[in-house]
Amino acid sequence: MSPKLKEADGRELKTENQEMTGSSMLIQALAREKVDVIFGYPGGAILPTYDEIYRTGIRHILARHEQGAIHAAEGYARVSGKPGVCVVTSGPGATNVVTGIADAMIDSLPMVVITGQVATSVIGTDAFQEADVVGVTMPITKHNFQVRDVEELPRIIKEAFHIATTGRPGPVLIDLPKDVSTASGFFNYDQDVDLPGYQPTVTPNKHQIKKLVEAVTKAEKPVILAGAGVLHSGAAKELLDYVEQQQIPVSSTLLGLGAFPGNHKLSLGMAGMHGTYTSNMALHETDLLISIGARFDDRVTGNLKHFAPGAKVAHIDIDPAEIGKNIETSIPVVGDAKEALRMLFEAKGTPCECTQWKEQLNEWKQEYPLWYKEEDNSLKPQRLIEMIYEETKGEAVVTTDVGQHQMWAAQYYKFDKPNCWVTSGGLGTMGFGFPSAIGAQFAEPDKQVVAVLGDAGFQMTAQEMSILQELNLPVKIILVNNASLGMVRQWQQLFYEERYSNSLFPVQPDFVKMAEAYNIKGWKVEDPNEMQGALKEALNYEGPVLMDCRVHKDENVYPMIAPGKGHHEMEGIKP
Amino acid sequence: MKRTIIATVNNTSGVMNRITGLFARRHFNIESITVGMTENPAVSRMTFVVNVDDQRGLDQVIKQLNKQVDVLKVRDITDDAIVARELALIKVVAAPQHRGEISALAEPFRASIVDVGRESVTLQVTGDQQKVEALIDLLKPYGIKELARTGITAFKRGTKKSVFESPKYSIIN
Ligand SMILES: Cc1ncc(C[n+]2csc(CCOP(=O)(O)OP(=O)(O)O)c2C)c(N)n1
Ligand SMILES: [Mg+2]
Repeated sequence: MSPKLKEADGRELKTENQEMTGSSMLIQALAREKVDVIFGYPGGAILPTYDEIYRTGIRHILARHEQGAIHAAEGYARVSGKPGVCVVTSGPGATNVVTGIADAMIDSLPMVVITGQVATSVIGTDAFQEADVVGVTMPITKHNFQVRDVEELPRIIKEAFHIATTGRPGPVLIDLPKDVSTASGFFNYDQDVDLPGYQPTVTPNKHQIKKLVEAVTKAEKPVILAGAGVLHSGAAKELLDYVEQQQIPVSSTLLGLGAFPGNHKLSLGMAGMHGTYTSNMALHETDLLISIGARFDDRVTGNLKHFAPGAKVAHIDIDPAEIGKNIETSIPVVGDAKEALRMLFEAKGTPCECTQWKEQLNEWKQEYPLWYKEEDNSLKPQRLIEMIYEETKGEAVVTTDVGQHQMWAAQYYKFDKPNCWVTSGGLGTMGFGFPSAIGAQFAEPDKQVVAVLGDAGFQMTAQEMSILQELNLPVKIILVNNASLGMVRQWQQLFYEERYSNSLFPVQPDFVKMAEAYNIKGWKVEDPNEMQGALKEALNYEGPVLMDCRVHKDENVYPMIAPGKGHHEMEGIKP
Repeated sequence: MKRTIIATVNNTSGVMNRITGLFARRHFNIESITVGMTENPAVSRMTFVVNVDDQRGLDQVIKQLNKQVDVLKVRDITDDAIVARELALIKVVAAPQHRGEISALAEPFRASIVDVGRESVTLQVTGDQQKVEALIDLLKPYGIKELARTGITAFKRGTKKSVFESPKYSIIN
């Protein structure tokens, strides 16, 4: 029996306590969780679920590779804040999503991944398309389940969504054996989630908040480091309110871009390896570092020995295990960033005057802005990003792949709004940028979605152009084409005496023809003078677009903290 | 420093795997793990003896354990009044003329001889780690053929008050 779903918003469902198959339960449960789109790919062990997808008409987007499906689900989750749902088959289907699961884990994206599995009767016998997916994904999921009995399925799905979306978000995997999905049981989705071992702390300790308020009052050189946790908790407004009340300068992590308006006078820009000089020097000189939803990744801190030597560290994080993990913390605040910021705001501490500090920061900003040289007749990639910023008026959702173009996008697109920036931070997953743009477009159908990609990374998941073709999805693909694995080339130039091992492409596909093969409009731009016009045209074009932008090939990303160096040792800070 | 940590966990398949995997990938240095059922069949109890460099390392072990959905409760009981026991089976080379000596050695430890072979005897001893180690040391000169130790299992004493206040790991409220 398979009750029809009218809408995927849980309204029309009168299925409580009906007997139904496991796969039917799954689709019912997804509807109850208000899942409006699934990204996936079918195969043997998950066929019963695909039959149910067919019969109920729940929206499913067929990727052309499971990696495309999972990154699309990640892009959707990043932009919408809702869980991304990905369904794949057992064995190779499941192992193809492993990269995306690891990516979602390290970047804390809420995801529910459903993998088919061989029948329970043959699990453990090396059956056809059997892989120990629960074992493989144990260290890269927030939690995972294998369903052994159909009666457990509703509870497990409910727990999966609960775990994925609460506390520090993360991917949860449900391994669903084929016989469980065809077995019948009673569907009850109204039980409460009961997980005694999982009780995230949301409300911060008042005493710690008070300590932080006092520390701010005393501080002479305070700085806030805003991370993605601010975005996950939906606290951009609370952060702005608090910062304006307290007048504390804000530095941002790569993934925290947009948590605080990039154009605000108290914004210092991005911190870390390719962050701004001002941001990094602020972190180096500060006497009170307030980290909010950031985890002191090594790409942010540089050499820990030199990190924030004179700072008292306050760390607000919903995950207690992040506090004190890399950095000694004197004011630990465990809780939701939004709650913490609200409490801090309501405490109405004395605002930070710190005139000298702010003068110093402004001096650095004036003296050491981000820079690049316009030279000869070639298009500078930095200028390309600036043009994208100008032409989209800073209002697009920007996704990137991994490499130099990613850093330029982070530096030159001034993110003023939250949830408009989609990038693979912790794992640095090439192949992420394009499919994540597809997911982002589903999350924000009315917004312009621009995928800023490297010529190499695009080729890792380019097959997903099929989705654009099929649905006429208006994603704008912008290739920052330097005919190389640019970031690898940069490191080889700087640290391996210009031995360019396997980083320069001797040949490249004709990207415009590739796009045209998928009925996507393609442009190739070589002349920097034509760039802005072409960009305007492409962005105004109604359907999907690919722009092959030939940029200066030898451009490097600066400024830079070389590996092993501290924030005060940035290189390339001036032309 | 060596710490004794106990955790109650859901008695579901794969729990042991989750915990040992966590220890391995975070490079936590564990000396022993024991696991077994509790008075509640849905809950197992694990006892770990871990080696950590400092308080921060210890905090990480406890916090990472706590982060697991299947872990219900974690406690460092090193400084509490506890009962901690381990069982060891020790097979010692024992020519007939040494057997009397060995059993005399075993007596104050309340170790018992649980198996006798032509050239060896097997002793079983239960106690805290120090006691077990002391017996092993005494038996070494005879030649230890095989040794199997269970690792520590422990819990807090019912009556006595804690000898020390246990350090405050929790920064949650
Ligand atoms: C899956 C994967 N493989 C390898 C790398 C290492 N890597 C980082 S950046 C990069 C080069 C990317 O080249 P491209 O996509 O053209 O971007 P560019 O740096 O040229 O802007 C490579 C190979 C990675 N991050 N991910
Ligand atoms: Mg490139």
